[in-house]
Amino acid sequence: MIRRLALIAVFLLPAGIAGGTEEVVAGLSQSSIAITANFDGSDLLIYGAVKREDRIPRDSELDVIITVEGPSAPIMVRRKSRKFGIWVNTAAVDVDHAPSFYAVATTRPLNDILSQIEDLRRKVSVPQLIRSVGAPPDIQDSPSFTDALIRIREENGLYSLHEGAVELEEDTLFRTDIDLPANLVEGEYRTRIFLVRDKKVVAANEALIDVRKVGLERWLFDLAHKLPAAYGVLALFLAGLAGWLASTAFRLLRNG
Amino acid sequence: MQIYLPIAEVSLDAFLLLGIGGVVGLLSGLFGVGGGFLITPLLFFIGVPPVVAVATGANQVVASSISGVLAHLKRRTVDIRMGLVLLAGGLSGSALGIWVFNHLSRIGQIDLVVQLSYVVFLGLIGALMLQESLRALRRSSRPGAVSVKRHHHSWLHNLPFKIKFRTSGLYISVVPPLLVGVLVGLLAAIMGVGGGFIMVPAMIYLLGMPTKVVIGTSLFQIIFVTGFTTFMHAYTNQSVDLMLALLLIIGGVVGAQIGTRLGARLKAEQLRILLALLVLAVCVKIGADLLIRPGELYSISEAAQR
Repeated sequence: MIRRLALIAVFLLPAGIAGGTEEVVAGLSQSSIAITANFDGSDLLIYGAVKREDRIPRDSELDVIITVEGPSAPIMVRRKSRKFGIWVNTAAVDVDHAPSFYAVATTRPLNDILSQIEDLRRKVSVPQLIRSVGAPPDIQDSPSFTDALIRIREENGLYSLHEGAVELEEDTLFRTDIDLPANLVEGEYRTRIFLVRDKKVVAANEALIDVRKVGLERWLFDLAHKLPAAYGVLALFLAGLAGWLASTAFRLLRNG
Repeated sequence: MQIYLPIAEVSLDAFLLLGIGGVVGLLSGLFGVGGGFLITPLLFFIGVPPVVAVATGANQVVASSISGVLAHLKRRTVDIRMGLVLLAGGLSGSALGIWVFNHLSRIGQIDLVVQLSYVVFLGLIGALMLQESLRALRRSSRPGAVSVKRHHHSWLHNLPFKIKFRTSGLYISVVPPLLVGVLVGLLAAIMGVGGGFIMVPAMIYLLGMPTKVVIGTSLFQIIFVTGFTTFMHAYTNQSVDLMLALLLIIGGVVGAQIGTRLGARLKAEQLRILLALLVLAVCVKIGADLLIRPGELYSISEAAQR
């Protein structure tokens, strides 16, 4: 991270941006999130400050973009069409990189503060993050599959864009709240903070949040994967026990 | 109260899950159907991933069937000998069914076959049962009606290997129950259910068993079929969610007890009409899904293994 900042600094200095360099100093309300049995989502507070050697540059406006990205997994998007009068899955496109969760928060509308080239390079907006392997030759309109993926995940609250949700004070202090939903996938969540001037990223910062199941959740998950036979027997045993208990309890209830 | 399910990786309302388990358990105790054809679609609907829903649904069916069978055993309405014969046929049928299932998966049309067989079999069985039980109800309500002769002799009674099924009051060849078991096991494996809704009418109409014995006997063999399914899912796919199963089970076993007691108070014809209507309702729902343009044409699934 430090090296990246240094790199940016090296790139920026010769370009001669007025007012010298700016750096991000950031903090997170949580560095790890524990998924317990009664987990029903979490509020993540991301805050920080802009560190500079000189006074605040006045010739361009400063904006902040914050992203939180969940682990990615290859998925398949299927499309139904009508065949012999009934609706069946007829086409499928593989998407080999799509985050399970992605939230973007900005100080102002994203298109007003970030150029397309910078978006492409930094992969800030959702469409830039999704990589499709390429559709089978019989599918002409593969973009409509990735559009559908984004649409479905937006409806489920997994992808979101919050324009104006980052508060920036005195061009120095910033903060935002990101709502993490209850259906979080385990793994490392990457948060990125970009400082933007003239539609270009002038500084960036990155941190990881570890999202892990703990306690009973962890135990069950591990057992299911490490000792599947024992887990299966346990499932049947519990079912048998519960069935017997209920039957006995009701008999006692009737007789007693 | 939200609860996070470790295998399904979603957070759902615990009371909602208890309620779903309860309703399905009630139907299970009432009709002798496992309820697999109800619980799996219900779990899809509230957001449980399909693989987890199928496997965990099977686990819940084990519990409610045990709970129901124990209640039926007390009332001596389980024909264990018949259950074992059906089970023997059922296990060989499901082995065959799994082979057919894998073959269809390779062709890539398994979803369609499953949905179509649901529509065809649910529709057929539901319609037949409804028609028959309405006729029976009309007959019994008419004063001075002749009682129906259940023991009509047919070619079925000329088959060899006759066995006495005392609880059912039958003296028939083992061949028909074995064949019924094979057929039900085959369909159950393809459709991913315990097969109670096929087994119950088959026992009533094909084998001529009395309705009060049918339910307990059906539950008896469902325990083994779904128990086997649960174990195989847990072992090969790690898709049984114990947290989810536990909530469904607690609701289910209580529901099954209430259902069994409720069932003892209802007339056999009324029970059959209710089951017929339920089966037809599920059939219409699945059929409509195939015929009506879905609101969202696209769906997301985990990448297929290649």
